[in-house]
Amino acid sequence: MTVIEARGLRKAFGTTIALDGIDLCVEQGRILGLIGPNGAGKTTALNSILGLTPYQGELRVLGRDPWQARERLMLDTCFIADVAVLPRWMQVSQALDYVAGVHPRFDRAKAEGFLAKTTIKRASKVRELSKGMVTQLHLALIMAIDAKLLVLDEPTLGLDILYRKQFYDSVLNDYFDGSRTIVVTTHQVEEVQDILTDLMFIDRGRIVLACTMEEFEDRYLEVMVHPEQVAAARELKPMHERQVFGRTILLFAGVERQRLAALGEVRRASIADLFVAVIGKEACQPQATTPGASR
Amino acid sequence: MSTSHTAIPQPTEPREMAGTMMHATRPFFWSVRRELWEHRSIYIAPLAAAGLALFGFLFSLTSLTRRVGAAAALDAVHQRQTLMRPYDYAAGFLMVAALIVGIVYCLDTLYGERRDRSVLFWKSLPVSDLNVVLSKASVPLAILPLLTWSLTVATQFIILLLSMVALTGHGAGIALLWTQVSLFQMSLMLLYHLVTVHVLWHAPLYGWLLMVSAWARRAPVLWAVLPPLAIIAVEALVFNSSHFAHWLGYRFSGGSEAMVMTGGMPLDPGTHLTPGRFLSTPGLWFGLIFTAGFILAAARLRRYRGPI
Repeated sequence: MTVIEARGLRKAFGTTIALDGIDLCVEQGRILGLIGPNGAGKTTALNSILGLTPYQGELRVLGRDPWQARERLMLDTCFIADVAVLPRWMQVSQALDYVAGVHPRFDRAKAEGFLAKTTIKRASKVRELSKGMVTQLHLALIMAIDAKLLVLDEPTLGLDILYRKQFYDSVLNDYFDGSRTIVVTTHQVEEVQDILTDLMFIDRGRIVLACTMEEFEDRYLEVMVHPEQVAAARELKPMHERQVFGRTILLFAGVERQRLAALGEVRRASIADLFVAVIGKEACQPQATTPGASR
Repeated sequence: MSTSHTAIPQPTEPREMAGTMMHATRPFFWSVRRELWEHRSIYIAPLAAAGLALFGFLFSLTSLTRRVGAAAALDAVHQRQTLMRPYDYAAGFLMVAALIVGIVYCLDTLYGERRDRSVLFWKSLPVSDLNVVLSKASVPLAILPLLTWSLTVATQFIILLLSMVALTGHGAGIALLWTQVSLFQMSLMLLYHLVTVHVLWHAPLYGWLLMVSAWARRAPVLWAVLPPLAIIAVEALVFNSSHFAHWLGYRFSGGSEAMVMTGGMPLDPGTHLTPGRFLSTPGLWFGLIFTAGFILAAARLRRYRGPI
């Protein structure tokens, strides 16, 4: 089943084009990472998907037009837009009461179960909780909702590494079950690399790279090149080159592993390095075409 | 994205039709409750006003016997006015408190949820914008009048009780008080006054404030007040007239068609209720049409507006 389907999705704020004709197709059971620099259009894309902003072009989320049917869509969709959106005056118990009162798919016992694993007190107000605890509370509310699509927009912004790790562990172990779909944007790409099934780079309102993580691991390899092999390695047209402690590290796209092994130590490429290679190049050459951009 | 082997195709509708995972919800009820959680001034301010009225009355208790004694010598109308004063004051205090709370609340509520970004949380739940705006409109149009009414009746009951205790303590008769002060009649008059003037007649005021609150990106107070002032100024400069100002004044002080007051206060027993005249006032119906328009506009604006 296709959960999100967009064709020619466009959105402009005055003369600023936030989304410049995006095509997107997310199937059920996928965890898509939407990665891009600040102002690339990630949040605008998510807001369109969540029915928070009008758009041009075609967009269907769970078979519905999100702008026309936000309230209906929210029965099947959950989102954490930013850690700071839980109302600060609200008590934990009030948050549970309210969500239980308005959401037919909210399982209060489940939320209580998640909260029991934390140190959050029922009588505390959101303003009295630490940033990490607010996220835990929000996540407990969201994970107790039997939804089909979960959208996370920078969910771990400003959290320390323990909370960040715990956040993704919870989402993956206690929530994700293959019938759900997750779309996540984040700048902390290292932390999501292992949980994603799909990857998408977005820059200046356009998708500049889209692939599954299997394709990513097959296609992109990083080589720490032996000093005497650097010239030979450059012949193979690396996407990106960087120096670490005097060693040259080259990022290759679509070159066989065996060929690269002769040049040096072959490693798995990181999303972060590919991001720098792709988006960095984009920044220098506005019209550059990048592998995978046609998807 | 391409399909994966792990993805289990699962059609949307059967899962919904199963219905076993859905439980009944009351979005409107919970939306109103959440307003009361957030804006505690909705009930604290009227409570404080009631407390103030009682406090003031306690001070006047010392001279009560003298005043009741003096009232006995007056003619019926003045007698009633003298005796009714504490009850009128209590009702007046509460009504003013409710009016102020209602205005402040309406102006802030849809603006505040965007300013603190909590609107993103509210919008992440399956509650429609119209539901939210109607629940907010119900605060000045239902919750506050009901609170005002019940608190006023309770306060007046306490005042009457205290008066009787004080008068009996001084050996004075309570017959005059008993015959002139009819709590039941007062409570009905008050309810009528609240429904006609504070709800039906003032409804467009609250509707306008809610719409401005949903629209303004900053300073909703200015946006609520400046446009009418600008119209008045332009009218005065260009046409040298003041129709709009008069109309506005009528909007605020109007609703007098609902009753004919002889004693100067709505709760005076001499007041005649004229619901027929009130209901046949065109201004009432135009106002209600505008209220509906403002509320629909506020709901629509809430859909477009994001956090600020």
